[in-house]
Parts: sequence; structure tokens; C-alpha cells
Amino acid sequence: MLGSFDFDVIRRSLPYLFFEGMRFTLTLTALAAVGGLVFGTLIALMRLSGYRLLGRVAGFYVDFMRSLPLVLVIFWFYFLVPYIGQWLTGASRPITVGAFASSLITFIMFEAAYFSEIMRAGIQSISKGQPAAASALGLTYGQSMRYVVLPQAFRNMLPVLLTQTIVLFQDTSLVYVLSIPDFLGAASKVAQRDGRLVEMYLFAALVYFTISCVASYCVRRLQARIAIVR
Amino acid sequence: MNYNWNWHIFLEPNPMGTGTYLDLLLAGLVLTIKTALLAWIIALIFGSVIGVLRTLPSRAASWIGFCWVEFFRNMPLLVQLFLWFFVLPELLPKAAGLWLKQLPNAPFWTAAIGVGLFMSARVAVQLQAGISSLPRGQRQAATALGLTTFQTYRYVLLPMAFRIILPPLTSEFLNTIKNTAVAITIGLIELTGQARSMQEFSFQVFEAFTAATVLYLLLNFIVVTAMRWLERYVAIPGYISGK
Amino acid sequence: MIQIKHVDKWYGPNFQALKDCTTSVLKGEVVVVCGPSGSGKSTLIKCVNALEPIQGGEIILDGIRVNDPKTDLPKLRSRVGMVFQHFELFPHLRIVDNLCLAQEKVLGRKHDDAVAKGMKLLERVGLTEHAKKYPAELSGGQQQRVAIARALAMDPIAMLFDEPTSALDPEMISEVLDVMVDLAREGMTMMVVTHEMGFANKVADRVIFMDRGEIVEDAKKADFFGKPRSDRAQKFLSKILSH
Repeated sequence: MLGSFDFDVIRRSLPYLFFEGMRFTLTLTALAAVGGLVFGTLIALMRLSGYRLLGRVAGFYVDFMRSLPLVLVIFWFYFLVPYIGQWLTGASRPITVGAFASSLITFIMFEAAYFSEIMRAGIQSISKGQPAAASALGLTYGQSMRYVVLPQAFRNMLPVLLTQTIVLFQDTSLVYVLSIPDFLGAASKVAQRDGRLVEMYLFAALVYFTISCVASYCVRRLQARIAIVR
Repeated sequence: MNYNWNWHIFLEPNPMGTGTYLDLLLAGLVLTIKTALLAWIIALIFGSVIGVLRTLPSRAASWIGFCWVEFFRNMPLLVQLFLWFFVLPELLPKAAGLWLKQLPNAPFWTAAIGVGLFMSARVAVQLQAGISSLPRGQRQAATALGLTTFQTYRYVLLPMAFRIILPPLTSEFLNTIKNTAVAITIGLIELTGQARSMQEFSFQVFEAFTAATVLYLLLNFIVVTAMRWLERYVAIPGYISGK
Repeated sequence: MIQIKHVDKWYGPNFQALKDCTTSVLKGEVVVVCGPSGSGKSTLIKCVNALEPIQGGEIILDGIRVNDPKTDLPKLRSRVGMVFQHFELFPHLRIVDNLCLAQEKVLGRKHDDAVAKGMKLLERVGLTEHAKKYPAELSGGQQQRVAIARALAMDPIAMLFDEPTSALDPEMISEVLDVMVDLAREGMTMMVVTHEMGFANKVADRVIFMDRGEIVEDAKKADFFGKPRSDRAQKFLSKILSH
């Protein structure tokens, strides 16, 4: 039965799949993870700042984002970003934003909500004595966060952050709904062009599975090592 | 922003001839709820079995549980749906494959089962954590009283474990609802899908997405409220969980 | 009643928890097991009802080989009561339901009979008015008395106590020991892991002293307190009696 399948299509499209598709996926994942972490940390700091209004705004943002399906958020930003760009630049028409930029903004804003919750838990896991000791030494609030609390929180949360990044890596496949050629998009394009859905989707599944498995294995190893050091 | 807002669009008839655009969105909402509920039932059933398997002393049982969780956790949901929808019918014997392809509502069943199995891995992980967080003595006490392994789980471990993991289960249920939107890729016209088609027909993109957003928020609010009530209902007097 | 013959137990390949342990408990006898922490005394008592498997030797309980694969362990365990260091009441069940669960599920007693039996035993440990409460609403001493009642509800032929008072605040220790003393005086066969030498002095027939997985001393109470033969036992005694 497998005789009717043509697995050579995979070999023929390998360069396209990886140099175009996977490069897009990995770049998007990496940049969105970094951006999401930066914004997420800022949001977490806002929530824990003690300023009511700031905390409320941040909390609302996080709850709002986490209530929506990623697919809907992707659509939202895809249509909204050109208008925001127009508003920011004062252009007369909605500006054109490339597929990559649009997806990147979407994922940074979306993941920031999730990363912020992780960072918040991480900051709260640091005992109250640490910032107290820092301010007793004369460090300002900003300094104590920058040099004492955040490094520890980041370290404690590293495995969770990395796990979330693996989820992000898988989630980037959803840019498919914008017909963007990420890894899955590329596979799907070849699949439909050559009528080889079974081969291409099986291969795509295998690649995602392998990368995610290896990555989560590494995270587990790291977790074990951190547990020992602590 | 030079965008022509038109909030009356919801009351205008939709091109499908099924009433207004609002009716279109509400039909999408109903489909989202249906898909999510069926998926959640599947996730709970399989997740519970797998979660328990992972905590059994038997090596084989916990290995099966491990494989299940890794399989469903390490592939994007979208890819999993494609596997069930496009690949599975081709790999089955001809007759079975044909039957699957001609199944009415195929996107619905594929979405419910696909999302359900995907979420079952997460439910399993939560349940495993819940069971492991119980003191070891609980299992020993039940065993010492002569309860069988099945009875120990049924009457002692699971009632406590499920109470403990109720808050994370709430967010997993919310994730299930959100994940049904991925099924737009296999042609399930649920809430996000209807918002998208409304945008395509009427060009009122932001009204359509705003409405979908509000409906999702509403759904979230209802689920969270219901689960809070459930948490209070099953709370045990005097027992402070975890903290 | 309980025969322990040349028992070896390993945790993993490198740690031997029990080394060639041999002793026995006769019908109606009260045997106290003591020793420093990590000496294997809790492990030994948990081997008696097979909560912990053993790798060498054999344990015979009322004529039945515990470490025989053919033994119906749940049935055997239901005939031996066990009381744990951390009580291990089931937190989601009311006190009375804690007492009834195993009676109904293991012994197949009718609910009303189980409740009657449970209430009788609650009265005996002086906690009748707490029957409808949940475990977390009781003090540690009260919980441990319930745990003893729960074990007695199964009409056990022997009782095992695993450090029943060491998780208790000092003021609650005596209320639990009083129940145990009464039990001993009624002729219950008991194996008790404890540091309460006052209890041992009052009701024990024999005292076993363990260290590093070995039974170092196994003597009549008078002999043990009068002139323990081993250095290790003497040192241990002087440490815990010096306060």
C-alpha cells in the first residue's frame, strides 16, 4: 500500500523546507522568545510594582491575551499592525508590513503574556529577605531587581521558560493561517503542489516531533543539573 | 485611523442567507462550545487513564503513559490535526479511509478528537503531578487497610488529586476552548472561522474580530466563574491545599 | 503470630536497609522496636504487611507467607491494623466515612453496620462528637486516635504502629499513648516502633533495638532496661533517657 507513496518528494524539497521554511520558523521562535521575555519581564515588574494602576493595566493585558485563541490574535495583528504603523508614522495610508514582521510582533505580544506569568512566579519565589538585604546594602529598587532578584528568578525559571519556548516553537506553525511559508507552510505548499499530502505532513510531524523531543530532553537534563546545584 | 467603522453591520443580513451577521457569529460560538466540550470529555477520559498509568509502580504502565504524553506534546496541534484529517484516511485500508473521508461533519469530529487527544497529554501531566503531590503515606494507609490498587485510586488518591488540580484543570479547559480555533485550518467554521468569513464578506474586519474577542472573553468568564463555584463546592473544611 | 526470618531488604543496588533480621511476635505480645533514625525500624514494620517488598528471607503472618506471590495481599493486610506517623486519614472523607471506607469496600460490610462499628470505636477513643467533621478540623492527637479506631474497625488480629507519636506536639502524646496502653492491656498483639520508653516500660513484653538495618538486641523488657548487652543499645538508651 505504501507503494503508492513517493517519499522522494521529501528529498527533492529538503533545501526549500529547511533553508526557507525552518529558517523562518527558528528565527521567528528565537526573536519572539527574546522579545517575549523582555516584555514579559517588564509586565511582571509592573504587576509586582505596588502601583495599583500599573499593576491593573498589566494584569488586564495578561488576562486579555490569555483568554484569546492564538489564531484570532494572529488575525488581529495581521490586520491591525498596518493601521498602527500608519498612526505611528503619520502616513496617509495603512503601511504595508511584511509577513515576518507581522508574525514577529504578534508572537512577541502574545508570548509576553505567558512569559510574564512565569517571571512573576519566579520573582515571587525569591524570598522576601533578598530584596530586603539588597536595600539594606543601599541598592535602589531598580538595582536590587537588576542585580539580585531578576538573575535568581531567571535562573529558577529557566527550565519553565525553555519549555514555554518549545511550545512557542510549535505554536509558530499557526502562521499557516496567513499562508506564510514557515516550515509547516513550506511543507504544505509542496504537499499541495505535488499532491503529496501524506508524505509531506508525515515528514513535517516527524521533524517537529524530533526537535521538540530533543529540546525537552535537554531541558529535563538542565533541570536536573540546576536542582543539584541548588 | 482612516477606517470606516460600522457597528450596525451585525444586524445586516449575511450572504449565507442564515439571518444577520450576528447570527453567523453566534452559530460559530455554538460550534466552538460543542467542539470544546466533546474535546474536553475526551481529554479528561484519556488524560485520567494516562495520568494514573504514569503513577503506577509498573514499569510498563508508566512507559506507556510516558510515550503517550511525549507523542501528543511534541507536535504542534495544527500538525496533529493534519495527520488525523489528511494522512490517517490514506493510511487506512481503502474502505475505511473512504468511509472516514465521506463522514459528514468530518472537520468537527477530527477537531474534537484531535484537540481532545492533544489536551489529554496535558491533563495526564497535571493529574500525575496531583497524585505525586499527595503524601506517600496515603497510598500506604489505603493499602494497609486492604484496599486494592483500583480501590486505592478510586476512593483515596483520585478524589484528592482531582481536588488539588482543579485550578490548573480550569486553565486546561480554557486552553481546550482556545485550541478549537486551530481547527479553522481543517475547515471547521467555529467562532474565529465565522469572524474571518464575516471579515471576508463585509470587509468590516475590526468589528468582526472585536465581536469574536468579546464572545471569547465572555466564554472565559463563564467557565472561570463556574469552576470557582465548583472549587468551593468540593472544598474540604479545614483543608488548605498545597500552600 | 508474626514471624520474621532472615529478612534482607535493599533500596537500589547499594543500600541495604535490612540485614538478616530475625524475630517474632507471639499472640498477645507487645513488642517495642526502637533505634536511631535510619536504623531500619520503620522499614521492618512496613515489611510485615508487605507495604515494602523484601528481597531475602521470609515473613509469616498468622501462618501465611507474606512474601509469597500467591498470597492475597489485600485480604491479609485487612487483618492487620496499621497506624502511621502522619496519621494518613483520608482528608476528603468525614471521620465516620474514614472509619467505614475499608469496612465496606474490603470486608463488604453493610453501610449501617460499618457506621455502627465505627461509632462504637469512636466512642472508645473519646471522639464521638467529631464523627461528622473532616480530618483537617481535628488536632493531631485526635487524628491519630481516629487512625487507631480506623484500624480497629477491621477487627485486626494484630496492630502495627509506625512511630505513632513522633509527629505530635508534646501535649498530645499522652492521649494517644493512653489508647495504646488500653489496647495492650486488652491483649492485642502489637508491634510498635517508638521512642517512648515510658510506654515500653509500662506495657511492652519485649524490646527490639535496631541499628544500621540489623537487630542488635532482642530482649525481655526487664533485661533490656536492666542490662542491655550491646554498647550501641546502651548509648542509645542513655541518649534518650538523659532528658
